[in-house]
Amino acid sequence: MNNFAIQTVDLSYNFGSQVIIKDLNLNVPKGSIYGFLGPNGAGKTTTIKILLNLLRTPNDTVFIFGKDINTHRIECLKKMGSLVEQPAIYGHLTGKENLRNRALLLGIRKSKCDELLKLVGLNDAANKKAGKYSLGMKQRLGIALALLSDPDLLLLDEPTNGLDPNGIIEIRNLMIELAEKHQKTILVSSHLLAEIEKTATHIGIINKGALLFQGEVSELRNLNKPALKIETNNNNLSIQILAQKGIEILRKDTGSIYLTYQDKTNIAQINALLVTNGIDVYGIGTENKDLENLFLDITSKN
Amino acid sequence: MKQFYIALLSEFYKSRKTLAFWAAIILPVLICGSITLGFYFNAEKILKSNYPGMILWAQFSGASLNIMGLLILPFYVIFMAFSINNIEHKNDTWKTLFSQPLNKFSIYAAKYAYAVLLIFICLLLFFGITYLSGYLLQSLIPEYTFKDYNPSIILSKFYTRLFFSSLGILSIQFILSLIWSDFLKPMGIGFVGTIMGIITANVQWKYAQYIAYAIPTITLRSAKPKGSNPEDFQIFSNDIYISIAYGVLLFIIGYFILTKKNIK
Repeated sequence: MNNFAIQTVDLSYNFGSQVIIKDLNLNVPKGSIYGFLGPNGAGKTTTIKILLNLLRTPNDTVFIFGKDINTHRIECLKKMGSLVEQPAIYGHLTGKENLRNRALLLGIRKSKCDELLKLVGLNDAANKKAGKYSLGMKQRLGIALALLSDPDLLLLDEPTNGLDPNGIIEIRNLMIELAEKHQKTILVSSHLLAEIEKTATHIGIINKGALLFQGEVSELRNLNKPALKIETNNNNLSIQILAQKGIEILRKDTGSIYLTYQDKTNIAQINALLVTNGIDVYGIGTENKDLENLFLDITSKN
Repeated sequence: MKQFYIALLSEFYKSRKTLAFWAAIILPVLICGSITLGFYFNAEKILKSNYPGMILWAQFSGASLNIMGLLILPFYVIFMAFSINNIEHKNDTWKTLFSQPLNKFSIYAAKYAYAVLLIFICLLLFFGITYLSGYLLQSLIPEYTFKDYNPSIILSKFYTRLFFSSLGILSIQFILSLIWSDFLKPMGIGFVGTIMGIITANVQWKYAQYIAYAIPTITLRSAKPKGSNPEDFQIFSNDIYISIAYGVLLFIIGYFILTKKNIK
């Protein structure tokens, strides 16, 4: 029995000669909230479009609940709801009519539309033309459209784009509720780690089409090694002295150097090393990188 | 089949507030209405010519048939094919449409069928309104001779021919509007095609019937009765077969274009 809602096997995709996705092996466990992270242009939206069979890929590279998307397209799509890029809604129809039209296509009762309008807080704007909605309202309508068929798997491409802080919290809570109470699997893409780490159970980090990290959020935190921050009267000379002793310099900014260390004794040794070489040490201390910097580190390496 | 039907219903639901849908109703009402008004207010002048029933009907219905067949039908088809596809281009909804659990052929066929249906409704209204307003004029101005001839057979034959003759243009324009999201390309090609069609049909170039845009004009001109009975002309002539062949062929090609198309 396959435990993955989404699985891709060595998935690659090119636009002409440009490589967009390279050997991607996504494993999204059932019931998880999978944060799909990457900077703009990393290939997130392309991946989501591939998962929806909008972009053509070879057989046996994309599996939805264990079924190949190419050979079981309709069966797979029945289990999926999606919001890709900006929500695609008919501007000349009202919010309610947009939902009605989708309900018509999917054979869903009309009353479900009202329930969803209420759920995403668009009750009052139900009869307003969707073209006149603010970006946040469009986003909510897009989410309502994605939820209409009560799918087991939700693909949400930057769903909090354009939402105000309240809206972001609401969507976050909605995602948690859907996953916990209704056992939905959610793949949510974002370029902001801070936004994802509050909801996601699993994280995949993609950059330039390649998956750089995949695993539970706790595994990502384990990667987060603390650094030693030192300020001296001569940072350049200090770097030379430390490098000669084989100490790894992580980075340097205007006033400080950041390096790796093992333990407290090691800190004292580093301090002594600098002092005996005639360097004035103004400050020395440990610093924990936040996940955001870790994310930047991971994505800047490839 | 059920998927096709719900996709067709959805096409109606989406477009029922757009000009593409309303034009199918407004065009016949407006054109036939103004001709009827013309016949009402100019009755004295027209009555002087003492037309027998059939000629009077020919004058009356010919006015709308000619305007419609020569100019408005091609342009309506160009605009409508654009509008039905543009509803998805403009709102960036191809991606949602094709990520629904519906087969792609149903979605495509429903769009095409809806375009055909709109032309059918438009021409049916032309036929119905022409027919009814003739009798309305008769009741308002009893001196008219509309009552002496029943034009239903000849009118229905003309409009049926016009309907089939538009399928070629529709299929070309449908593909152009499917590929391109902007109005200028399909409109430009359609405009040039229509002008070329009218010219080649009017100079009776022998290959004109192979130009889809020329077929409505040819259709109106070539409906010559075989014998003494003016109603005795064929609906299905060579040009109509060519138009239908264009329609079928391009419908199939359009589907393959769509299936190969990546939805970006």
